[in-house]
This record gives sequence, C-alpha cells and structure tokens, in this order.
Amino acid sequence: MTLPLLKLTAINKSFGPIDVLHAISLEVNAGEVLCLLGDNGAGKSTLIKILSGVFKPSSGTIEMQGKVVNFNSPREASNNGIATVHQFGGTFPLMSIGRSFFVGEEPKKGWGPLKIYDRKLANQIAVKAVRELGITRIDDGDRLVGGLSGGERQALAIARAVHFGARVLILDEPTAALGVKEAAHVLRIVLQARQKGIAVIFITHNVVHALTVGDHFAVLIKGAKAADFRKGEKSREEITDLMAGGEHMAELEAEIESYLVDPVGHPPPVA
Amino acid sequence: MNNKTQGSSLGQVSSASQVSSSGHGFSLGALLRRPETGSFLGLVAVFVFFAIFGGKNFASITGAASWLNVAASLGIVAIPIGLLMIAGELDISIGSLVPAGSMTTAIISGHFHAPILVGIGAALALGAVVGLINGILVLRTAVPSFIVTMGTLFAMAGLTLGFSVILTGTTSVPLVAGPEAKWLLGRFIGGIFQVTIFWWIAAAIVFGFILHYSHWGNWILAMGGDKVSARNAGIPTERMTVLLFMCSGVSATFVGMSQAILYNSAQVSAGQSYIFNSIVAVVVGGVLLTGGYGSVVGIVLGTLTFAIVNQGIYYTAFDANWASLIIGVLLLVAVLMNTRFRKLALTYTSSKGRAKK
Repeated sequence: MTLPLLKLTAINKSFGPIDVLHAISLEVNAGEVLCLLGDNGAGKSTLIKILSGVFKPSSGTIEMQGKVVNFNSPREASNNGIATVHQFGGTFPLMSIGRSFFVGEEPKKGWGPLKIYDRKLANQIAVKAVRELGITRIDDGDRLVGGLSGGERQALAIARAVHFGARVLILDEPTAALGVKEAAHVLRIVLQARQKGIAVIFITHNVVHALTVGDHFAVLIKGAKAADFRKGEKSREEITDLMAGGEHMAELEAEIESYLVDPVGHPPPVA
Repeated sequence: MNNKTQGSSLGQVSSASQVSSSGHGFSLGALLRRPETGSFLGLVAVFVFFAIFGGKNFASITGAASWLNVAASLGIVAIPIGLLMIAGELDISIGSLVPAGSMTTAIISGHFHAPILVGIGAALALGAVVGLINGILVLRTAVPSFIVTMGTLFAMAGLTLGFSVILTGTTSVPLVAGPEAKWLLGRFIGGIFQVTIFWWIAAAIVFGFILHYSHWGNWILAMGGDKVSARNAGIPTERMTVLLFMCSGVSATFVGMSQAILYNSAQVSAGQSYIFNSIVAVVVGGVLLTGGYGSVVGIVLGTLTFAIVNQGIYYTAFDANWASLIIGVLLLVAVLMNTRFRKLALTYTSSKGRAKK
C-alpha cells in the first residue's frame, strides 16, 4: 500500500476565540474521489482554504506522500500540485479562453525583450485540453470565457489544473449552480480526472452527486468530522441525516409530512 | 445563462475533429470581440458629423492639426491611464502632475538656468516618484485608488504652487530651451503639427506591444478581471500595479515638460482638465471602467474622437459652448454601445463565423 497522496492529521483552525475546525484528519489517495459533505457553515470552505494555502492551520500537519508540507501562500500549494477550482471557475469573464487558460504561465515566442505571447499556441492547447474533457462545443480559443456556460467554465478550470500538473484537485461546489445536464457533464469530468490518477476532493452538499462519483466520504458538522466511510457503507438517507446533524432531519421530514396530511390552520399545500 | 446556444452543440459535434486555429479571414465574432469596434464607429460618426457641419476648414490640414495636437498630449496621458483602468485601478493625480512636470522643468532650467536635460530628467523622475507613492499607498492601505490619487492630486497641486512661489515668487515661469530640446520636444512640424504627435504614436506602439503582444498584457487583463485569482496564478500583481502607476505618473510629467518647452513657459494651473478628458477618452475607447477589458487602439480612437469634438466645434456655426454637451452625450452613447458590443461578444458563438470561412 502506497502512502496517501494527501494526509491531514488533527487539523485545528481558530480565528481568535472562534474554533472553526477541530481535529480534522483525512486521507486522499491518487485516483480516488473524496467527497467532503457538510451543511452551510460546517467548515468546508475553511478546510479548502487551508489545503489551498490561503490559511495556515492553527495546529496539525499536512503531509503529501508522507512528507510534511507547509503552505505559506496559494502559490506554494499550487507548486505542490494542489489546484483549487471554485464554484464559478475562478476565471476571467472578459478574457479569451486561450489567455485565461495560460494566465501567469503564458507561452512565448521570439527573442530577447521582444518575446511575444504565443496566442495561436495558447489557443490550440487550451481548446485541445477542454475538448479532451468532452466539451466539444468549444473550438475557438479566442472566444471570451464569459460566453461559456457554467459547466464549460468548470471544465476549462479543471482542464487548466490538469494541464499544469495538478495531483490534488479541489472542487468547491462545482455542481451547485448548474442545471441537471450540466452537472452531469461536470461529474463525468470528475471521473475522467480520477482516471488520470488525480486525487479529487469534491466538496458538495448534494448527496446524489456525491454518491455518483465518490469513493470515500467525509461528513463535516460544526467543524468536526462526524463520519468517514467508503462507498457502499451508508445509504443516501443515512448520509442526509448525518449532514443535517443526526435525527433532526427525520423529525423535520415527519413534520413536513404532517403538514401535508392535515392542512387545516396552515397554508394549504402547493398543488 | 447560455441555454440558447446550447442547442447548436449537436451541429458542432460533427465537425469536432477540426480545431480551428482562427484569427485569419473575416469573422464577425472576432470583430465583436475587439474592444475598439464601438469606438471606431463612434469616431467615424463624429468625423462625418463635423466634416459636414464644419465644412472645408475642418477637413483641411490645418483643421486636422488642431485636433491632432490636442489629441497627442491627451493621448500620451490617456494610454497609461487606460492600462491602469484595464488593470482595475484609476489615477487622477495626473491633473496635478502635468503642471508639476512643466513647472519642474521651467523652474530648474528656466529660473535657475540649469541644463535642459536636468530639468527634463527631474520632471520625469518626479512623475516616477509620485507614481511609486500612488502605487505603494494603494497597495498598503487598500483604499480605492480613486481616493488615494485624489489625495496626491491635491497634495501635488499644493506642493507645485507652494514651491513655485517660494523659489520664484511667481506662478508662471518662462523657459527658453535650446534648439536640440526644441527639435525633439517642442517643435511645430510644417508650422502646425506638434512634434508631440510622434511621441504619442511611439507611446501607442510601445504600450500596444505590452498590452496585446507581450505576456505582461495578459497579466494586466487578468488583474483587472479578478485580482485574487491573478495573484493565485502567480502574477506579481503588486509590482505590476506600482509599475503601471509609475507609467501614468511619468507620462503626465512628460506631457507637462514637453508643453513647457513648446510654449516657452509654465503655469501652476494647467492640467485639471486632463483628469476627466483622459477618462472620457479611455471609456469612449472601449475600456471597461471596472477593468479587465480594453485595447490601446481603442484608447487612441477614443482620444481622437474626444479631440475632434473638442476642436471641431470651432469649425461649425454652433457656439463653442455646446462642445461639452456633445462630449457628455457622446460619452453616454459610447458607454451604451460598448456595453452592447461586449454582450454580443460574450454570447457570440463561432458557428456563424465558421460558416462564412
């Protein structure tokens, strides 16, 4: 058994007197999708920011393939192969596909101080990389990113991360703002990335999406890890209950049902 | 947001194998995507309008010289201001830096009779230093650059006035430059065209190269699009911001200095109009006020449009007092048109463009 690609041990994070994360330990292997589930405010975003180098943990260690790493900046995290893709793709709406794909890593041609940005090459590589993820509608690298759909932007951002050698891909609610069909595209791309041997951390509160792609699941509640299980060990209902904080969800569902049965004295159910 | 275009994806799959390298041949999409398309149409409209109402004199060489001269000195300032705006910042301190530059040159080389090179160097250095201060203040305080540069605008106006009175006892200083300096910076070519026009062309070429052909241009566009993402992508956003502020500072003192040499004197108060005029020129030129979008060609066209309205009015039968009204309306129309073009560029899919090829 090889060492996990990314391993968190007892990560704590507090902002002043407020504890946001308590003793989070997680492991992600290459070629595996870890789904990080949790309701709003559970600490998912803070954990991502620690992984992507925006925050430093108050205590605890991060190891990559057995080696302890400390990220002082997002740049250091990405140099270590950790790429984060945010909900809206983190891209530049008024830049062309080729330009935004290569931001900060522009291909150049020419000599001396007159090196010019190689637009043709950038467009070619960017379009090819996105098409490899199955987004065949994109064929012109000069098109502006803002004209792409939400799923296509996600695909562009994931393609960029893969192209620049990401080993750990953190996807922050990639399907939250998408329609059914677009979300399915993104889930397929997640599986493609997994197939390439990339460790994917998939943050979501959509249990169905998580179950579709996940190999390994962790549920965060109020900054602590409430459950950690592998595919097939828990049902959808059990996970939903866990995310909502235990029994409350079943009670709430029962309550909703009672309203449906007896509408007297309450707003009538929607037809 | 883009569901309508989704429908055409089926047709695209069949031609999936050929990845178009694009960029050659006519394409409506490519045209719409250029930030200067709108401003070019605006320039043509304004030119035609004044050619009709201004008559022969407006279209003559003398007429052209009158608006080209105005455009040149404004344009030298407007290009770096435009780049700053594309990067998401604003610099209004140029309004004081233009007179500060001309007073520096006039006081050092005119009043104290130092060699003209010292005066020129001091003016340019002043612009660089104020730009450096602007940049550092914007980065360190995180106060919007509009406010920071408003502070330096007033501070520099005060410093210029204060030092002029202390050092020379007056607010207007004569300057007699040598023939070399005159030839280079303060000459009328053919008796009517200011040599500044050539400096403007040079600035447009240099900054055009930077924005559109070098990788720095990509950085500038990215900074204006999303500064945090740009920094995370490894772009030295802080250094770029400071350098851009220094460019606008130097360009402003350059214009001031060259005007002092051209007109053989410098006044304390002659530059506030540059603030809004340059912003108008840049915005008419298709630069997005909030950053991330724009082109140098657009800024040049915007500057020409502004100068034509500003000067063209004198060739018409209209009272010159109406010029500001035209500029105001022009600005609004230009902004609306540029917004429209930007929307079209965003939603444009290449399917139609491909059919034309």
